[in-house]
Amino acid sequence: MTDQHGYSEHDVQREVSELQQKSATAARIFDLRRIIGALFVVYGVIVTIAGITADQAEIDKAQGVNINLWTGIAMLLLGVFFLVWLKLRPTPPTVPEVTEEDLQDKPPTP
Amino acid sequence: MHTPTYLAAELRLPTNGLDYTILGIYFAVVLGIGFAARRSVKTSLDFFLSGRSLPAWITGLAFISANLAATEILGMAANSAQYGAYTVHWYWIGAIPAMVFLGLVMMPFYYGSKVRSVPEMLLLRFDKWAHLLSSALFAFAAILIAGVNLYALAIVVEALLGWPQWVAIVVAGAFVLAYITLGGLSSAIYNEVLQFFVILAALIPIVVLGLKKVGGWGGLTDKLTHTHGANFTTAWGGTGIGSANPLGANWLTIVLGLGFVLSFGYWTTNFAEVQRALSAKNLSAAQRTPLIAAYPKVFIVFLVMIPGLVAAAVVPGFGTTKSGYQYNDAIPYLMEQLLPNGVLGIAVTGLLAAFMAGMAANVSSFNTVFTNDIWGRYVVRGREDAYYVRFGRLITVIGVCASVGTAFLASSFSNIMSYLQTLFSFFNVPMFVVFIVGMFWKRASAKSGFWGLLAGTVSAMVNYFWIYKHGIIDIPSDQGANFVSAIVGFVAGAVVMVAVSLFTRPKPAEELEGLVYGTRSPGMSEPPAAGDDAWYRRPALLGWGAVVLAAACYIPFSF
Repeated sequence: MTDQHGYSEHDVQREVSELQQKSATAARIFDLRRIIGALFVVYGVIVTIAGITADQAEIDKAQGVNINLWTGIAMLLLGVFFLVWLKLRPTPPTVPEVTEEDLQDKPPTP
Repeated sequence: MHTPTYLAAELRLPTNGLDYTILGIYFAVVLGIGFAARRSVKTSLDFFLSGRSLPAWITGLAFISANLAATEILGMAANSAQYGAYTVHWYWIGAIPAMVFLGLVMMPFYYGSKVRSVPEMLLLRFDKWAHLLSSALFAFAAILIAGVNLYALAIVVEALLGWPQWVAIVVAGAFVLAYITLGGLSSAIYNEVLQFFVILAALIPIVVLGLKKVGGWGGLTDKLTHTHGANFTTAWGGTGIGSANPLGANWLTIVLGLGFVLSFGYWTTNFAEVQRALSAKNLSAAQRTPLIAAYPKVFIVFLVMIPGLVAAAVVPGFGTTKSGYQYNDAIPYLMEQLLPNGVLGIAVTGLLAAFMAGMAANVSSFNTVFTNDIWGRYVVRGREDAYYVRFGRLITVIGVCASVGTAFLASSFSNIMSYLQTLFSFFNVPMFVVFIVGMFWKRASAKSGFWGLLAGTVSAMVNYFWIYKHGIIDIPSDQGANFVSAIVGFVAGAVVMVAVSLFTRPKPAEELEGLVYGTRSPGMSEPPAAGDDAWYRRPALLGWGAVVLAAACYIPFSF
């Protein structure tokens, strides 16, 4: 019963649609691919260097595998993959950013 | 998930400056994401649902990460060391069908009706009593679970790195608090995606080296067949009704209790999961969120099960007092044995990241439900939107502090993880039955939601605390009891809903548009965005593909 809880699906639809028009996430959020790419390139380089300079004790511990080298290279490749993806398919341009003075209580600009 | 999370003290890892550098970089990036996401928060919708604007690959990976908390990683490895290959059931039958059902059947109702939370859906379909009860139950459970994650983190950090428990609790709590308060859900989701890749980088080397140590998959199964019997490496061996197996469950309770009730309850109505899909940018992306997550989920079982099996094969009596190791030690044990500095730092970072993300998922869903569904609906109504963003930030601080409290509370129980699994059967299952009856039976009346939810919760508790704990019916293990509690809660909830509906007035048909299967809401008819009609983005194909893949994975484990 609408009158019982005073709330119907139309109210939710309207409220969320209005908020969605004023929402800033799509326009202002940074592209996560850049962060993942950068972090994994840095990790990849660090771990690969640890692999290149590994001594025999470390390799013996890892069942005779130079695990730092292989993991480092794999992480480096993953990081490069994200950066290349970002380069090839850049963040799609969004609708022009709404300015600061467009605060909550004003109606959405047409 | 069954065994306590404390670890053997001998597992102190030989970490060095290199490992701590890797860990330090991760913490810096986590905070950086929080600060960078802050400028995207303008409305309450930005803070609580990322403005419904994220692409499907991000929400999909966050969906899997929110589940891939470290309690799951350590717990499922422990399960494998204890019960063997039965662990695959938690993935292939206990997750994939429910995730596909969420994406294909339920998501059009969730996303199309534009609700901001799972309880809000109950407000529309039933009445404010069902809404209030489900919101309160969810908020309560979320804080408890966040606290258990925090406590589990503290124990692991203490054992592995030697930090005192309270230091780990306060440090991890402070980081989660900072990045959610700053950036809201976007910050939580972005960190979850990052965590997904770090976890893979942590687990894959452990699996590869572990398998090399025991002579490959063939060597592993030979050893385990010799020491643990032939059923240990099969999925269904010994699960006939009446036959004994360590899990204490038969194929019927596995399929119905775990595969249907528990898993559908967790995956389709637990808001900590569903929230990720609701933040997607359109209906197609929302539908694809759990479907994209289903593919990694099919394979992640190998990354947690193999370390557990290797530990069971390498250490005689692993998990018993004879060896000095707990079942939960499986992954830390292999880290200590096999990983040199460098990869070791990645693995430690992955575990810590997983704990923080598991906690963050609960905190970010808690603040949404508490602000929108409890505070904004029943306490302070009709204020300007900025007020609710401020309140959301405030309640995040309170929620994290409460989790720190429940973490210290959790530390007074010796076997908290087993109780936690039980809590899932109390809180998720009744919510699921109310949902499923309300969605498929339009006669279910407005009043039936509240009574069904109450009856389901109470009867699952009665089954556990009275019938099982007092030994009225003999169930061999806690896990087996959880499966039965789930089935009991489901049946009781459904019966009460039907009974109440028969004696109360149905909701008028025009109020059920877009809420009951077979009707449509305006949000459902939005045309697919450009590019979303590509064949590889069709939800039906993705969904059925995941089901077929999971079924195919059973074949080598069934004969």
